[in-house]
Amino acid sequence: MADTAKPKGGSAKASGSRRRNSRKDTSGIANENPDALLDLYRRMLFIRRFEERTSQAYTQARIGGYCHLNLGEEATVVGLMSALRETDYLYTNYRDHGYAIEKGMDPKRVMAELYGRKDGVAKGWGGSMHMYDTETRMLGGYGIVGGQLPLAAGAALAVSYRETDDVVMCQMGDGTTNIGAWHETLNIAKLWNLPIVFVVVNNFTGMGTTVDMSSAEPDLYKRGSAFRIEGERVDGRDVLAVRDAATRLVERAREEQTPFLLEAWSYRMKGHSVVDPAKYRTQEQKDEARAKENDPVAIFGDQLTKADVLSEEGREEIAASVKERVAEAADFAENSPHPDVSTLFDYTYATPVPNESRRMPADPVFAD
Amino acid sequence: MSVITYRQALRDTLRAEMVRDDNVYVIGEEIGLFEGSYKITEGLLNEFGPKRVRDTPIAEEGFVGAAVGSAMLGLRPVVELMTINFSLIAIDQIINHAAKIYGMFGGQTSVPMVIRTPGGGGQQLGATHSQNIELFYSFIPGLKVMAPSTPAEASSMLRAAIRDDDPVLFLENLGLYNSKGEVPDDYAEAENDDVATIGRAGVAREGSDITLIGYSRMATVANQVAEKLQEEEDISVEVVDLRSLRPLDRQTFVDSVKKTGSAVICEDDWLTYGIGAEIAASIQEGAFDYLDAPVRRVAMAEVPMPYAKPLETAALPGVESISTAIKETLSAVGKRVG
Repeated sequence: MADTAKPKGGSAKASGSRRRNSRKDTSGIANENPDALLDLYRRMLFIRRFEERTSQAYTQARIGGYCHLNLGEEATVVGLMSALRETDYLYTNYRDHGYAIEKGMDPKRVMAELYGRKDGVAKGWGGSMHMYDTETRMLGGYGIVGGQLPLAAGAALAVSYRETDDVVMCQMGDGTTNIGAWHETLNIAKLWNLPIVFVVVNNFTGMGTTVDMSSAEPDLYKRGSAFRIEGERVDGRDVLAVRDAATRLVERAREEQTPFLLEAWSYRMKGHSVVDPAKYRTQEQKDEARAKENDPVAIFGDQLTKADVLSEEGREEIAASVKERVAEAADFAENSPHPDVSTLFDYTYATPVPNESRRMPADPVFAD
Repeated sequence: MSVITYRQALRDTLRAEMVRDDNVYVIGEEIGLFEGSYKITEGLLNEFGPKRVRDTPIAEEGFVGAAVGSAMLGLRPVVELMTINFSLIAIDQIINHAAKIYGMFGGQTSVPMVIRTPGGGGQQLGATHSQNIELFYSFIPGLKVMAPSTPAEASSMLRAAIRDDDPVLFLENLGLYNSKGEVPDDYAEAENDDVATIGRAGVAREGSDITLIGYSRMATVANQVAEKLQEEEDISVEVVDLRSLRPLDRQTFVDSVKKTGSAVICEDDWLTYGIGAEIAASIQEGAFDYLDAPVRRVAMAEVPMPYAKPLETAALPGVESISTAIKETLSAVGKRVG
């Protein structure tokens, strides 16, 4: 069990002691390929800037609906996605922008989806919570808490049925471990020997309700034990630790054809969604969630600098290229056309049948 | 032609589809070792093995959702829910997921699955096991809802449902499993035909005085009513069997009402907000000028279904109550004095 960091599952304040343990030994970095490290850093920074741009576009009313950001979770997202093959499948909850990009979707089309445009990954039908792409096998961000769990198990069932060596990763938040679908899905996943890794991204807060308030067993990685599913906990601020833990479990799932559970804890830097000012947090908690020592991008950047992998010049260069690509994504989204209203009835059914309704709101039921 | 039960029509067709397509598998509670609560899956575990006949724990949300997920990767699950009442446990996966995945993601992935489940009161099963809540699913764009009433319909409609790329709620009925009817000799392997078309109603019996509309068990009761009224009262009743609740074939029953001038709807669900309400609204919009009398609905009494037999019988629509509504309607029209 990778259980060095021990969140007590409550408010950020209650688990403040983690900070003192947070400085990672940078010696491991010496054994890594510097280009691969820089790539991880670039990808994390990209999610950071992409989400900041998303937030800005939301406040400018370019993006509508609910909008949940990965700010503070960049190391978790990048670490997890580094563990998957292109052919592995991914299911997530609604906090999915970073995952979509990291699984291989074009950020331009992800931003276009946020804008609700025709070139969006789901043609503007999904929005922030519903990124989806069959090509890259990101099989959806889902808006109903726990809804993606049975689906992901079903995808793993299909993998098992066809005897291919793909693995399914199913991401969720800490609050999901209390809903019925969690229990039903973990049970059948183990019972049916499914190659799936459940990942709980624990930011200690389901909207405003803390893990302490909602989970009788706040050590979430232990919550697979009722189903004999091995669990690990990893510091979600540490991209290499997440990558290594996720890779280990994904490969074991592939090899052993059985499910695993990974809990990655980190901070949610902002409110639950863009519009949430997080008034339920004390100033101390807000400071902690945004502290530099808890910021995965800053942590990793500093580690790389200390290890002489990332120079000041390199940092600026990466920042500039990330900024440019994010701007490109926003420009692309801005210039993508709105979906044509004539397509309104195109995606209700895959197999056309007689008497499908194509009635617009004011139309009579009998058109002729 | 041969005469078989509704149960056998379902079983043989399911088996034939499993033989035809390796992607078709069945999943549900007690369908393998137990061979199905109502024996629709009898013999399948022996023939196809546990991979294609998957017994599940009592976890409707989990296994219905798993079926949806497997359908997203191209398998074609046929889920058995022991009764439609238990679909309430899985309703999030049916309505928020199965019905949404094709549209919500811009048409990238269809969900080719069938959820077979019986409705039906009249078995003294009490309040939680006697409901007819197909309305919930018929309300949802993205789902297709089929409700066969005869063995021939059961066979060809199940085949159509399995071959369709969308999620289909396939409504069976406890009271129909033992009912018999004629089917073509090659019914299990037959290719699609008109009976099977999703989205089409059928005229089960032609008549000229009044239109009687029903589906599932009530379509068979409607036929009994029509036969009885023809014999005893010389009333000619046209029976429309809806067959498909979504999409709803309004034209077929509206055309019938245009011919007869009046309509009675019989339904096994509750009247208020029920499927009959949609039919009645459609009739007034599609055949207003042809109506000689208000459209009547004969439906369950609006109570949680009681256990005691006399109470249960009183709560359910049947031949007597439907006949009464027809005679009263025709009296109002002036065609007959009931």
